[in-house]
Amino acid sequence: MSNDVSNSGSAARRLSVFKTYKLYVGGKFPRSESGRVYEVTDSKGDWLANAPLSSRKDARDAVVAARKAFSAWSGATAYNRGQILYRIAEMLEGRRGQFVREVAEAEGLSKSKAAAVVDAAVDRWVWYAGWTDKIAQVVGGGNPVAGPFFNLSSPEPTGVVAVLAPQESSFLGLVSVIAPVIATGNTAVVVASERAPLPALSLGEVLATSDLPGGVVNVLSGRTAEIAAPLASHQDVNAIDLAGADEALAKELEIAAADNLKRVLRPQAVDGAADWTAVPGIDRMTAFLETKTVWHPTGSLGASGSSY
Amino acid sequence: MTTDKTMDKRSSAFEYAPAPESRSVVDIAPSYGLFVDGEFTDAADGKVFKTVSPSTEEVLSEVAQAGAEDVDRAVRAARKAFEKWSALPGSERAKYLFRIARIVQERSRELAVLETLDNGKPIKETRDADLPLVAAHFFYYAGWADKLGHAGFGADPRPLGVAGQVIPWNFPLLMLAWKIAPALATGNTVVLKPAETTPLSALFFADICRQAGLPKGVVNILPGYGDAGAAVVAHPDVNKVAFTGSTGVGKEIARTVAGTRKKLTLELGGKGANIVFDDAPIDQAVEGIVNGIFFNQGQVCCAGSRLLVQESIQDELLDSLKRRLSTLRVGDPLDKNTDVGAINSAEQLARITALADQGEAEGAERWSPSCELPENGYWFAPTLFTGVTQAHRIARDEIFGPVLSVLTFRTPDEAVAKANNTPYGLSAGIWTEKGSRILAVANKLRAGVVWSNTFNKFDPTSPFGGYKESGFGREGGRHGLEAYLDV
Repeated sequence: MSNDVSNSGSAARRLSVFKTYKLYVGGKFPRSESGRVYEVTDSKGDWLANAPLSSRKDARDAVVAARKAFSAWSGATAYNRGQILYRIAEMLEGRRGQFVREVAEAEGLSKSKAAAVVDAAVDRWVWYAGWTDKIAQVVGGGNPVAGPFFNLSSPEPTGVVAVLAPQESSFLGLVSVIAPVIATGNTAVVVASERAPLPALSLGEVLATSDLPGGVVNVLSGRTAEIAAPLASHQDVNAIDLAGADEALAKELEIAAADNLKRVLRPQAVDGAADWTAVPGIDRMTAFLETKTVWHPTGSLGASGSSY
Repeated sequence: MTTDKTMDKRSSAFEYAPAPESRSVVDIAPSYGLFVDGEFTDAADGKVFKTVSPSTEEVLSEVAQAGAEDVDRAVRAARKAFEKWSALPGSERAKYLFRIARIVQERSRELAVLETLDNGKPIKETRDADLPLVAAHFFYYAGWADKLGHAGFGADPRPLGVAGQVIPWNFPLLMLAWKIAPALATGNTVVLKPAETTPLSALFFADICRQAGLPKGVVNILPGYGDAGAAVVAHPDVNKVAFTGSTGVGKEIARTVAGTRKKLTLELGGKGANIVFDDAPIDQAVEGIVNGIFFNQGQVCCAGSRLLVQESIQDELLDSLKRRLSTLRVGDPLDKNTDVGAINSAEQLARITALADQGEAEGAERWSPSCELPENGYWFAPTLFTGVTQAHRIARDEIFGPVLSVLTFRTPDEAVAKANNTPYGLSAGIWTEKGSRILAVANKLRAGVVWSNTFNKFDPTSPFGGYKESGFGREGGRHGLEAYLDV
């Protein structure tokens, strides 16, 4: 780590305190149940930390946590979800320095470039915070059916979404795939970038202090293919975002996902080529929304004339 | 099967004279080809199959059976046609679709009789539900063709290319309309495979395309079996796959298109819960329950096949329901008084029979009104199961027939939990006079379509489709455009 030892004045050099990076599941910070870790290095190959190497069991535990959180989170008001997403931006802003360092180390960026990435990630939370109470009006609405019915279509969250975070963009990419999933009321099991999981694991600490109910976002680190397989075939996962899967893995997971007809968001572009700085559209939200249409008879007052 | 003697008397009090709709309005040719690139042609391997009337087992016609080679030819024709069709101004595509809508209206009686003959459903339904909805669907999407930039999918949303569409036999022409109308409005071209038991209305639709002057290759119709459908789905030059049918086949299709760029929408099975609360208007609820499960002989993916009735009104409701079922007229689908027609095929009848028998074997109590079923054809009496638990197979599996499983509940929470206790999520019904309860329950149901104090209502402006294993994507309304646009 670049700042493991720092000068404090002219006297003794102070030994810094390392952080044990842990998973974020159900609002808690467990180690992998397997007890395994793997070495995470910076872009030059220098050791940064030992990250948990999540197991299939960790993945299943995370699904249980996400399912448990779904009812309350999807039932929260859109305004409340917006407030919480904005709170995440606030918390992140406060820990900006830490994330600039972690992103710089993870992605081999200069400090100023890493700062731009973190700023963009904070702004992305703000952007999605504003969407929570607007998306329903944009994609839902009344339908003028040919009969005496009030007919209304509304978007509802799909449920538990497994999210394979982008491999290259370890932080802005990560935020760009998590925020749209939870903004609309889904809960998420997120598999962090395999090579650069530390910003994702630290994001868990931000989420834990942002009034986001435990279990809404669960963050796992480890081998993407190993963790993704049980998620893709899990009968209690409703959808999967394959952003962080390569072509072969994406196909394999899409086949597994067919077993319970998960909604599948295929990788949009070759991972490294994806431009996460662009302003997102609404596609990442609508990919994990269901449209419910409710018919209500309007009845009739029996009056023949028009009398507004 | 138990019958109720008092019901016998009540139903026999009504004698109806036969009132058959004339078959003379429809002229079915002894044989039909595939419709590819604007021409009717034989299958490459010369194969044919017979389509029969399910109510009489009479052979209606002999139809060319598409194989993989024919699929390839049809996809190439559709690809060739795509360039010009997608480049047409939307306003011109709109006019073709308006023409089709009008011709469907003009020929609606002919098509209704044809559909009733080939499918077995009552003329009352084809005449008053299927055909008006077919015309309405084309009319609705016609209007979108030159307004796509206002649909919320960007200023100039592009079509996908060739759409491969595989449709079921329960609403043959209506499912064709649900597939073809939005596909053409958005500028795609189509290869459509109708079900093997109901190919005729799609072939008549090919003639409507001819009358409308639709450019050749824009719509291709390939009658055939599952192998032809699989070939359409797997064809590398198909850009979009749309399927309506069973959940099992839907999963297979999802596996086939995995790892491709093909866009997929699936409209699959269901096990809809029709929830009746103790304050519901009983007579209206009974009509809704009957419509929910006996409309189209229950061969409806969104059928209300599970009746969840609040325990306190169970006896009263079931008495009314049985009384009403005793007045249902089962028989000749062409008779204008018929309420319940024939089951679509011997295979489907066997499936319904097996599941109903299992219901009995597992201990549920079976009841049917006394009704005389015709000698020939495929028939199944309206059937009610009481004493059904959530563990019974008839409460879990889609029967796709005129079989209603009755379960009870005590509290709204229990009703919601039971309604959602299924891998499906297509439809649900709520019967109560309390408005706030309707909204609260509708909000909790994991289903794509919820009918409150009504059931089985459809409209081209109203998005239709499932949650969970009932599939994904929506058909109808603005939402229905998305499936055919590159967005």
